[in-house]
Order: sequence, then C-alpha cells, then structure tokens
Amino acid sequence: MDCKSSETVVGPRSEDRLPASAAAAVKIVIVGGFGVGKTTLVRSVSEIRPLTTEETMTQASAGVDDTAGVERKTATTVAMDFGRISLSDELVLYLFGTPGQQRFWFLWNGLFDGALGAVVLVDTRRLEVSFDVIGRLEEAGVPFVVAVNTFPDATSYPTEELRAALDLPEKVPIVECDARLRESSRDVLISLMRYLRSHALAPEPM
Amino acid sequence: MNDSDEEWDEGTPERLYVITGGRVDSSDRAGLDLVTLIVARQDPQVGMQPELASILRVCRSPLSVAEISAYLVLPPSLISVLLTDLLADGRVEARTPDPSLPDIALIEAVIHGLQKL
Ligand SMILES: Nc1nc2c(ncn2[C@@H]2O[C@H](COP(=O)(O)OP(=O)(O)OP(=O)(O)O)[C@@H](O)[C@H]2O)c(=O)[nH]1
Ligand SMILES: [Mg+2]
Repeated sequence: MDCKSSETVVGPRSEDRLPASAAAAVKIVIVGGFGVGKTTLVRSVSEIRPLTTEETMTQASAGVDDTAGVERKTATTVAMDFGRISLSDELVLYLFGTPGQQRFWFLWNGLFDGALGAVVLVDTRRLEVSFDVIGRLEEAGVPFVVAVNTFPDATSYPTEELRAALDLPEKVPIVECDARLRESSRDVLISLMRYLRSHALAPEPM
Repeated sequence: MNDSDEEWDEGTPERLYVITGGRVDSSDRAGLDLVTLIVARQDPQVGMQPELASILRVCRSPLSVAEISAYLVLPPSLISVLLTDLLADGRVEARTPDPSLPDIALIEAVIHGLQKL
C-alpha cells in the first residue's frame, strides 16, 4: 500500500465529482469465482473508472504459538474494485466487485452490512466455485440473484438445470448476461432490484 | 512522509497505529459505511494532520468512504477512525439514506435510476 502525503493526494477529477445535491448512497456487491467477470461487470456499468480500496485483514491463524501460548495473527491485504452509478441528483449506487479469494469476503467489515443485495456471477464451466458463496449469502441473509456470464466456449444450460445444480430455491432469479456490455450488466442489476421489490411487497424469508 | 516510511510495509498495523494515534476501529465505526457520503464543511487548516487535510480536500464535493479510501490509499477502517474526529467537531458531514424512508421507496428509486441509464 502506498501512502500519499497531503500534497500528493489526487482527488477525483472534476468530471468524477458528485453534485453537491448527492444525499445518499446504496451498494450492491458482485461476488463470484476467479476470473468470472466481476471487474468487467463493474467497469461496464460504472460512470467512473473503477477505483480500488484495500483493507488489511487480521486473521487469527490456525494453531497456537507453542512457546508463547498466544494465538498467532496474520495480516493480509485484500483489494476490492468498485464503481459508481449516479441514479439521480440525490441518489448514488456503488458496486463492489469482490476479489477472487472467497474466504476474505465475509471478513471484510461492513461489506455486506446494509447492502441492498448481491449478484452471484457464475461461469457454467466452473459452477462449483459458486456453491460456497451461495451458502454464505443465504446464511448472512443477503438477498441475491444469479447471473450467468456467457463465455463463447461455455455450454449453455437450461435455467432449470442450473437451478438444480446450484440447489437454488424457485424464487431466486437466474439471468444470463454479457458482463462486457453496459446494458446487459445494467439489466442484471435491474433483475436484482425487481426481485428485492417483489420481496418487499410480499415479505417472506429470502 | 518521512524517510523511515521506506522501511515499513505501508499497510502494516504499526503504520496504521501511528496515523490513528493508536485508536482502534470501533466495531460500529460511528455508523460509517463504505458508501456513507462525506462532505467537507471547511477548508484544510495549516498544521493539520496531513491525512485529515487530505480528506477535507477530496471531500469538497460529496465522496463515499470507499472513494476517500481509494484516493488516499488508506484502508476504509482507518479512514473511518479519522472521520470520527472530523465528524465530532463538525468539520465534515455524513449523508446516508433516510432511515424513515420505506425500503420499497428506495428500491423504486434505484430501479427508476437504472432504467434511465
Ligand atoms: N467472452 C467473455 N469474456 C469475458 C466476459 N466477462 C469477462 N470476460 C473476460 O474474462 C476475463 C476475466 O474477467 P474479470 O472481470 O477480470 O474477472 P474477475 O471476476 O474480476 O476476476 P478476479 O478478480 O481475478 O476474480 C477478462 O479477460 C475479461 O475480458 C464475458 O461476458 N464474455
Ligand atoms: Mg476482479
């Protein structure tokens, strides 16, 4: 991590500044395995060039230091990409693209707290990497939709086959997308929001 | 900042300890979220801690905690500690969604905004 002194800190370019009227912001988290297109999706819909925020995570390492009898701690720096969409003069949406190492996502203090929901991006060639994260989102009570990022050499499966393979309840939407395309990525976000709306109107456990 | 910096791994806890004066990130972070919008209410003052001055400078227009973290190249947990001071004496203000706003109104506003893209 490279710390900048006050004089060298470069703030947002003038075109990246939010209007003074910006009154509140909300967030959506994009999760999924290595190289599934999370950063691509964030970049394609973001109005700013994606930025990176880095958190230092301290984890108690497995095992105990024999001589001192104290727990060892290891510090790891985890970087996350994020982008921004101004929804109106007042409301701003941020999209966080998690890094590939799943074990850090739920350690990141406050990443999922207060999030509207999550998008689980999957590559049908490597579905198994999504099992763990889907389970963790369900446990944490974070509502999500599944978006299948269509790579040219990947076989296309019927939605119901994917649903069975991922063991997803009927109500969780599964959509297809091309994360490189702005409209397609935007439609994934709209699917998530419509799902949240249907849930808000007819509450039942997610 | 100074020469001894080079000997440090910049992200190490020791370094962060110095910037925050040894305070620890409280679990609730003064209610600050990654997407809380921060707006400066005054200009940086001479002699101010450089990180605080930087925050006031980049927040001349509203900016999220995550963006402040990205521009200052400091972790959001540390930015939150620094912001707690600035908030306490009113040098910045924090903006979050109105908690009295029903979820459905917020959801509708997000859908409406996305459809206009
Ligand atoms: N054909 C095709 N390629 C894509 C698509 N989305 C992403 N890619 C490519 O896949 C590669 C990985 O995409 P990234 O967006 O970096 O994936 P990521 O999920 O952020 O990866 P990590 O952060 O490393 O976990 C890049 O070379 C992209 O150009 C897509 O929809 N179609
Ligand atoms: Mg990425």
